Amino acid sequence: MTNPETPSSTNEFMKGLWRENPVFVQVLGMCPVLAVSNTAMNALAMGLATAFVLLMSNLLVSLLRDFIPRQVRIASYILIIATFVTLTDYAIEAISLDLHKALGAFISLIVANCLILGRAEAFASKNGVGNAALDALGMGAGFTLALFCLGAVRELLGAGSLFGFAVLPGGFEPWIVMILPSGGFFTLAFWLIAIRIFERRRERRQTAEALQ
Amino acid sequence: MNEQPIWSIFVNAALVNNFVLAYFLGICPFLGVSQKVATAARMGGAVMFVMLVSSVCAFGIHHVLLAIGTPFLELIAFITVIASTVQLVEMIIRKFSPALFRALGIFLPLITTNCAILGLALFQTNREYDFVQCLAYALGAGVGFTLALVLMAGIREKLTLAPVPDVVEGTASALLVAGILSLTFMGFAGLGAQ
Amino acid sequence: MTASIDAWPMYRALVGIGVGCGLLIALVYVGTLPHIERQRAAALEQAVFAVLPGSASRRTFVFDAAGTLVADTGSDGSRVHAGYDAAGRLLGVAIEAEGMGYADTIEILYGYVPADERIVGLRVLASKETPGLGDKIETDERYRANFEALDVRLDAAGEALVNPIAVVKPGTKSNAWEIDGITGATISAQAVGNTVAASAARWLPAVRRNREALAAGGQHDES
Repeated sequence: MTNPETPSSTNEFMKGLWRENPVFVQVLGMCPVLAVSNTAMNALAMGLATAFVLLMSNLLVSLLRDFIPRQVRIASYILIIATFVTLTDYAIEAISLDLHKALGAFISLIVANCLILGRAEAFASKNGVGNAALDALGMGAGFTLALFCLGAVRELLGAGSLFGFAVLPGGFEPWIVMILPSGGFFTLAFWLIAIRIFERRRERRQTAEALQ
Repeated sequence: MNEQPIWSIFVNAALVNNFVLAYFLGICPFLGVSQKVATAARMGGAVMFVMLVSSVCAFGIHHVLLAIGTPFLELIAFITVIASTVQLVEMIIRKFSPALFRALGIFLPLITTNCAILGLALFQTNREYDFVQCLAYALGAGVGFTLALVLMAGIREKLTLAPVPDVVEGTASALLVAGILSLTFMGFAGLGAQ
Repeated sequence: MTASIDAWPMYRALVGIGVGCGLLIALVYVGTLPHIERQRAAALEQAVFAVLPGSASRRTFVFDAAGTLVADTGSDGSRVHAGYDAAGRLLGVAIEAEGMGYADTIEILYGYVPADERIVGLRVLASKETPGLGDKIETDERYRANFEALDVRLDAAGEALVNPIAVVKPGTKSNAWEIDGITGATISAQAVGNTVAASAARWLPAVRRNREALAAGGQHDES
């Protein structure tokens, strides 16, 4: 067990990836998670875009933490986040029109992702630039990983392909429901259940070891 | 220019493309405030109200920004103006109607960061709705949100009495219910077709 | 806390951040705009060439609500893209239309050749129809063939279609102005057909009225 009193830099990074994973553990930012995870590619792009916005706004919030008075902090954070979201929106459109069309308004909706405002308020506004960046990288990576897990499963079962390449044999009848909205709810629910079963097993093993 | 008839916009926003069940907007309150039917209904009312207000705001902002040639400020303007309008409305309600404030008030701050509100503003702008179409869209979205929330709360009230395996309890079971609801709502598809 | 809170830091923070963010956005917008416009133009050109086989260049015209040709100034009005062959002669026009489908709005682009009075091609630009069922409007070869020679003759006055476009039951198409539906995607097929029908009834007379202006567009577009 790592001691929470002395946060090491790897700890700042790793906590977002697994122990405090924003999607699987904290259940934050559900709207993009469910909406654009119908293919692995969309999910990965959305995850990276969110991670970028998270990193940049965490950096800026941490830099400006002495400049922003408490009373107007939320408004300032929202302004900063909205700026980086707009930048990301234009960047994605410049890189690939098709991707921009597939993600649609959900790029703009990164603004309303409670994960980003949550990290700015709970972590970046109280920590130095280095730690804030590590925290953002960890959370961003965790978010991207979770989105990718969902997107890969949905595309594999729903279309029999991965990143657009057919991977399942031709005889496979795609489960169309997985690409539809309800498939998003089901896939996330199954991931949550799988993770909980895994955690239960580990806890049981640990207590068994402790008893011996 | 968009010539979609008003009824079609309303039916689409409320049932076919339900904000929660098809677009996944406003999932946080959907999972968070859906334990009791009475609370869910009030939350739905508050959301519908805020949606109408912010729809009008967004319509105004879009046209002002177009007029002064700065469409790239749209997102930043939407979120700040909507957030401040909701707070303003909250203060006004608190001052003039304490009863209404008690009914809606506690939900208003929660709603400001609800992505359904921002989503509504973005979608109505993308689709180039005129003023009346915007109102129909906002009303439809609000009705759809309330419907989804109340149905969900009804199911979850029953679910608390049911023996659920403990690994499925909590968010997972709520998501499974939402998935089934979403499938059910697919039955409405085609209602608004031309 | 006393009543007089020092407001200066708040103003400073909000205004400072607001101005800084605004400038940053404007900078990136200006920086990426040419690139985005170029990509959009390329995507549009590809779609126009696909629905108007044989075209080599294109030019966009804007109609106002009454169907009169206006200068291309901004987002107001409906856009029509004229396609020209290599010699600069008007081949046909590609018209954008959208309508409500089974799941969400369907955006389409169809090519109309005024000389033959036919629709010669159709492309779905955006749709969220059910994969495997409703998306047959994009994948079903037989359905797509409906739009490769769809009869849209105008009456003598040039104000209305002689035979309104109609979507019929799958396999029962007997006239050149009818569209064969799709089994298992009845509503999506119907929606696309009706969208084309409504758009054609409205815009084809306007195209006919402005044929000279549209044809002239190909001559001085050699740059």
